[in-house]
Amino acid sequence: MQKTFVSRNPSVLIFLAALGLFTLFVTIGSEAVGTGLISTSFVKTLGKTLCLCLAALAMDLVWGYCGILSLGHFAFFGLGGYMVGMWLMYERTRDIVTGALAEAPIPPTDQEIVDAIGTQIFGVVGSNEFPLIWSLADSLVLQLMLVVLVPGLLALVFGWLAFRSRVTGVYLSILTQAMTLALALYLFQNDSGLRGNNGLSGLQNIPGLETVPQSVLSVWFLWASALALALGYLLAVFITEGKFGSVIRGIRDDEARVRFLGYPVEAYKLVIFAATACIAGIAGALYYPQAGIINPAEIAPIASIYLAVWVAIGGRGRLYGAVIGAAFVSLVSSWFTGGQAPDLPLGFYTVKWVDWWLVLLGLSFVLVTLFAPKGLGGLVDLWTNRRSPDRHGADLGPGPGALREQEAAE
Amino acid sequence: MNTLLEVSGVSVSFDGFKAINNLSFAIGSAEMRAIIGPNGAGKTTFMDIVTGKTKPDAGRVTWAEKGQSLLGLSEARIAREGIGRKFQKPTVFEDQSVQDNLLMALKNNRSPFAVLFYRPARAHLARVEELAETIGLQDQLARKSGELSHGQKQWLEIGMLLAQEPQLLLVDEPAAGMTPAEREHTTAILVEAAKTRAVVVVEHDMEFVRRLDCRVTVLHEGSVLAEGSLDHVTKNPDVIDVYLGR
Repeated sequence: MQKTFVSRNPSVLIFLAALGLFTLFVTIGSEAVGTGLISTSFVKTLGKTLCLCLAALAMDLVWGYCGILSLGHFAFFGLGGYMVGMWLMYERTRDIVTGALAEAPIPPTDQEIVDAIGTQIFGVVGSNEFPLIWSLADSLVLQLMLVVLVPGLLALVFGWLAFRSRVTGVYLSILTQAMTLALALYLFQNDSGLRGNNGLSGLQNIPGLETVPQSVLSVWFLWASALALALGYLLAVFITEGKFGSVIRGIRDDEARVRFLGYPVEAYKLVIFAATACIAGIAGALYYPQAGIINPAEIAPIASIYLAVWVAIGGRGRLYGAVIGAAFVSLVSSWFTGGQAPDLPLGFYTVKWVDWWLVLLGLSFVLVTLFAPKGLGGLVDLWTNRRSPDRHGADLGPGPGALREQEAAE
Repeated sequence: MNTLLEVSGVSVSFDGFKAINNLSFAIGSAEMRAIIGPNGAGKTTFMDIVTGKTKPDAGRVTWAEKGQSLLGLSEARIAREGIGRKFQKPTVFEDQSVQDNLLMALKNNRSPFAVLFYRPARAHLARVEELAETIGLQDQLARKSGELSHGQKQWLEIGMLLAQEPQLLLVDEPAAGMTPAEREHTTAILVEAAKTRAVVVVEHDMEFVRRLDCRVTVLHEGSVLAEGSLDHVTKNPDVIDVYLGR
């Protein structure tokens, strides 16, 4: 009677197999192995896409399953990137500075080295002092813990304030967007301690791995991203398949009813909001070393809106839908905006996709919302023939659930 | 008879309109009670106050022998104390199977982390089947509850209520939109439930109330107009005046 995890969730096996095959294929095709079918920069793009898929998975949990349309999850993603970026930048600058100072006739003191690192990193914003938030930057372990803790705690505090006041629906979305905007604007300031609009750069150079070529590093990060996505998917299935999934879907559909069943709705929302913020943070921490640079523009609310668009196009309320949506839209997006898409001559006007891609994306978002609310994931339903009840005839009773003519006649 | 719930001197007004006016009400621990009254008499507001959805301006709501006040507790906390509520419109989770709906309602630890690691034990599944049998849905366990008929949804909601094992059931118009046969089944379920716990039924339909065969409280303009057997209250001239006569 009690079935195993996999037999209860057949999509897990398919998903993991597809992810594994994809990773294997990219690895074989990469320049690191030597076939060179796939350029290193495209391997990085694919690795980044996997991170975006993980973020979309988090978004699907919080929005598709729990009904909280958060426009802040890309901010958590960015924060994760900043946390790992601080260590990367600090360590790399330290390597460079110690190398340079070693040439000096008098060996430098520790303080001199720290000062020199500060000048190197913060010179661009007219400072050479290390702000307080950098005090842990010399420890990889601590910064990696911050990848989870900073987004998680921010989500916890913000969520506690918002959910406790029973802010829901579109008002909550506006509130999360305000949080995201405030965070981005703060980080844009030079004295925010994270180099203002310059952001953190040179993140693709991993300290201690200078001898490893980027072609190999990119494959390693692809593997790490694929592993994170696989684990994230398993975690998401674990969260959603049982009663917890029932409760959060109940909260999405009828919050008051769940409350009258005795469930502390606010606590559930808080758990799912903070947990997904942590997942987004981890995704960001894997993304930015592949991107090489992070700046506050990445955190701007539009990024979180994209995240929602991916999930909507992929199909919210199903985990693989979010992954498919993020992968499909972000890859198509980079194809269109990368200048590779051929222009579309209309005679009187030539459509240049670099300019028109956003219009196309917006249009497809509207069309999906109106005509295919299940998104790309809905195509799977056609395949498995698992359809919603298709009921005909006029209502006999007061509600939409009442018997209908044909059914009553049976 | 020991009192399970006692509401005394409760008033609440919305924008100056007194929805509940110095209402007092008490129910024993194994009793069926019907509440009738014209539209706007305050029946639903009364339920809102007991379940914590609305905070009264004045008065006391005390629970069980310990005399614990329910005022100031959250809806979820009150539900965990043992008050279950069925809404007028059937509200089940349409996207989920009948079994999931019942499992969710089953009395258990409600904290997020306990629920996260919860996997249904054999005993729980058996209990769900037993409940499904009570409400006549034993063959529908795997169906999505959105596919059920209106009457079946009403039953499912009553089943979810029973699964919570509450000491007090507040049931708002359980027979609305049901066929006569369905009504009879509903009556049977409620009468059975009232043997071991308190059941308060809000109903418009006099025939249904007659079949419940219980004490009746008539509400009018937010306070109790009359109380007693159905025959007793229907003979009351005030009641005839405000409700039945029209």
